[in-house]
Amino acid sequence: MTTDILTVTDLKKYFVIGHSGIIKREPITVKAIDGINFAIREGETFGLVGESGSGKSTVAYTTIGMYRPTEGGINFRGQSLFEGQKARPLALKKEIQIVFQDPGSSLNPRRTIKQILELPLQIHRRNGNRLEQIVQLLEMVELPPDYMQKYPQMLGGGEKQMVAIARALATDPSFIILDEPTSALDVSIQAKIINLLIQLQNEFHLSYLFITHDLSLMRNVASRVAIMYLGKICEVAEAAEFFRNPYHPYTRMLLSSIPVVSEEEEKLKPQKIISTGEIPSPVNVPTGCSFHLRCPEKMDVCSEVDPVMVEVEGGHTVRCHLYGQPDQ
Amino acid sequence: MNIPFDSAQGRSPLLEIKDLHVHFDVYGGTLKVLDGVNFIVHSGEKVGLVGETGCGKTTTMKSILRILPMPPTRIPRGEIYFKGQDVLKMKEGELRQVRSEGISMIFQDPTAALNPVFTIGQQVGSVVKYSMEGRKLSRKEIRERAIIPLKEVALPDPERMLDSYPIQLSGGMRQRVCIAMALVASRELLIADEPGTSLDVTIEDQILRLLHRLVEEKNVSVIHITHTLGVVRETTDRVYVMYAGNMVEVADTEELFANPLHPYTHGLMAAVPRLTGGGVSDGIPGRIPDYLDPPPGCRFHPRCPHAMDICRQEKPRFYGKRSGVSDNHEVACFLYR
Amino acid sequence: MTAQTKSPTTSTGLSASLARSKTRENLGRNWYKFSRNPMSIVGLITVSLVVFVAVFAPLVAPHPKHASAFVDFANASSPPCRTYPFGTDVVGRDILSRIFFGFRFSLVMGVVVLALVVPPGVTLGLIAGYNQGTWLDTVIMRITDIFLAVPPLVLALAICSVLTPNLFNAMIAVSLMWWPWYTRLVYGLASTLRNEFFVNSAEAIGASKAHIIFREILPNCISPIFTKMSLDMGWVILIGSSLSFVGLGVQPPKPGLGTMVADGAKYLPDQWWISVFPALAIVVIVLGFNLLGDGLRDMFAAEEV
Repeated sequence: MTTDILTVTDLKKYFVIGHSGIIKREPITVKAIDGINFAIREGETFGLVGESGSGKSTVAYTTIGMYRPTEGGINFRGQSLFEGQKARPLALKKEIQIVFQDPGSSLNPRRTIKQILELPLQIHRRNGNRLEQIVQLLEMVELPPDYMQKYPQMLGGGEKQMVAIARALATDPSFIILDEPTSALDVSIQAKIINLLIQLQNEFHLSYLFITHDLSLMRNVASRVAIMYLGKICEVAEAAEFFRNPYHPYTRMLLSSIPVVSEEEEKLKPQKIISTGEIPSPVNVPTGCSFHLRCPEKMDVCSEVDPVMVEVEGGHTVRCHLYGQPDQ
Repeated sequence: MNIPFDSAQGRSPLLEIKDLHVHFDVYGGTLKVLDGVNFIVHSGEKVGLVGETGCGKTTTMKSILRILPMPPTRIPRGEIYFKGQDVLKMKEGELRQVRSEGISMIFQDPTAALNPVFTIGQQVGSVVKYSMEGRKLSRKEIRERAIIPLKEVALPDPERMLDSYPIQLSGGMRQRVCIAMALVASRELLIADEPGTSLDVTIEDQILRLLHRLVEEKNVSVIHITHTLGVVRETTDRVYVMYAGNMVEVADTEELFANPLHPYTHGLMAAVPRLTGGGVSDGIPGRIPDYLDPPPGCRFHPRCPHAMDICRQEKPRFYGKRSGVSDNHEVACFLYR
Repeated sequence: MTAQTKSPTTSTGLSASLARSKTRENLGRNWYKFSRNPMSIVGLITVSLVVFVAVFAPLVAPHPKHASAFVDFANASSPPCRTYPFGTDVVGRDILSRIFFGFRFSLVMGVVVLALVVPPGVTLGLIAGYNQGTWLDTVIMRITDIFLAVPPLVLALAICSVLTPNLFNAMIAVSLMWWPWYTRLVYGLASTLRNEFFVNSAEAIGASKAHIIFREILPNCISPIFTKMSLDMGWVILIGSSLSFVGLGVQPPKPGLGTMVADGAKYLPDQWWISVFPALAIVVIVLGFNLLGDGLRDMFAAEEV
């Protein structure tokens, strides 16, 4: 019986980006996350998929503490991550770490690799020979010890990302958020890093929140997948089920657009749904179901009522008027 | 030297790069980036160029348009023939004509390619102005001509678009504007450098379809540069695979995906995560070579599982496949000599 | 996380060899970038010469005693010649020697003002930038704005005329109106850097605010700060000379460059050398620092691969 390591409950994060009008001054709000619920089990890789504006990165940034929720909460092993107005205690910071998308900007260009890896050790692991610990961390990500003296600009994109992973591991965490860790990298380097992450997960019993827009990659790393659109989750399922049997029209649209490299895979894709129109911005969220403007299966009710999440099969939930909404 | 060019399709290539070497002078020595690149595009053809970061694909494309800063760049050897004329030896006037009427380029990041302080109308308008061969047009005429390409790329409300600033547009719309600008004058060759990389997958799909449609309609040749194999499979007739400053394999698209020959191509294909599941492959061991001191012989040999002695000593040429699906499959690998 | 590994290198051996190769390579790379533009080298040589001459003035000046109270009416107002390469002034003092000593005042002015101004200015900018959007930011930047609103020379003149006119008070005056420029500069940099992912990473790890401000953000501001400091040397010297020229800085008979220009102004155009050479000296020192500043900016520029 596995327990949940992270639970997200009715999470909302709104940003006020300005005001409109001269007299009334209505605030312009971006509803980056607009009420989501999910739980991540100990030891699993939970995948979060979405396009730009979906809010997936905001989920990452809120979980790591860069933002405070507007409403709702996130619990780590039962403990709230946002206790009152206080800053997050160091003991919790130790447990939850993050690897950002852009390796170029997540490593300080004016600090050496040694200094970058030393920081978490200084704060969380006071004892022990610092230099040896750093060499150990570099070995964990298969980088040679003499990389310590280098600056990030001297490293390739993949290597920088490996340093970022080593830094995340330095605090001995239980949970790592991976925000598009390989999106900026070439496919051969991506393969190496993904394998490294899987290996590390097994060795150190880590749980991952894996965020990406690359569905083919998600198919191979996640045990469960959730798909987001304009701040809300549309569908959640076990990975194989998610890809074999997508319910939500948006999921089908996304799956049908994936570029694949073989005929085999081509056959697995749902029938082609050509997306028309632009991705709406989270400032002007349509009424009712936020996807209805682009949905090929739109019904009248879709523009008026926002659907709720229902379970269609064991462990597979969808939020769509097509599937068993209550009181219909 | 001029190669006689015959516009009849297939007689002579539209673009031919021969043995191009490009070097950069930096602190510590010279980066020998391009090491004898050979590349051909015919009229009306869609050619893909696949390669990972640092392989030199953007350098190659920038050399065609000669937009690399000349020191520290040096071109010690090679020729680039566009319609039979060597671009590298052209004077300013001829070069400008090539850039304004012959070849155009769209870049990876449409946000960076558009000037944020000018309206779309001003930017498309300036392309219109330069493509008019010195004929003076009134502002109204330029505006009218500017709307046409905006309509062709299916931008909503082109009239209003003319007065909008790039920041008001989404990423997909900006890329469409770039495509519109690239197709204003009747061009013969469009170089698209990773046109969909910074866009979401559904929008990238839209943009690639649009590009596909336009090039069919206008009979424009396209060089589609990308590091994503899956994209190339759907949008091109022929594909080049590039590694560390050399073309290592070229074939008709279908043939390449059915039958990859070069060890590097194999490694790339294997590294792509599959929708069928089954985990991710190990990738390709090693890293790209240091251009200051590249490995002798075949530049891929330090990472190649099939490296032989000769690979360390000599550079392989393109070898055609003896028998197989198509005649257009060539590999730069001693395994196939 | 108790994976045991056998590390073949000793800690001390490793860090020592790392330190050696890093410094040598960095020096070489920095010189390469600095020297791309020959004018930067001209600037470096000029500044080096000025500093050398100022430091060793008593040894290199042909007539060191002329720098203080000294009269020699026999040779007063002589035009440039062998013994007095830049001529003499109305009381017979060698202008060249006085210029050498004058460099001392200029350099001291520049160094002291910058030493007074840079640490507080930069620190305030960092704090305001890191706390952008909070009341702390508002308070700091509004105070900065108030100081910036007053025209610099006017403020300096006002302060100097209230206090006793001498070099020390001139430095105080200039410092008081100079610090806001650094706060402004660093504020702009820090408020952008504050949102970089490496700062967010440090926060996620649990670094203290002090660490983030001084160890993560500040190192990324160093290049614009140093460049500005080099250019400012020229400006501060110029302002100092202007103050001396109007009688509020270095007082006669001390050989401040501005003072010398003022002294000789009445004798233009006949005894032109008394004003012109000190004025040229000011030009040389300011130009030298400007060119050096350009070179530093190139040196700090990020490399393009």
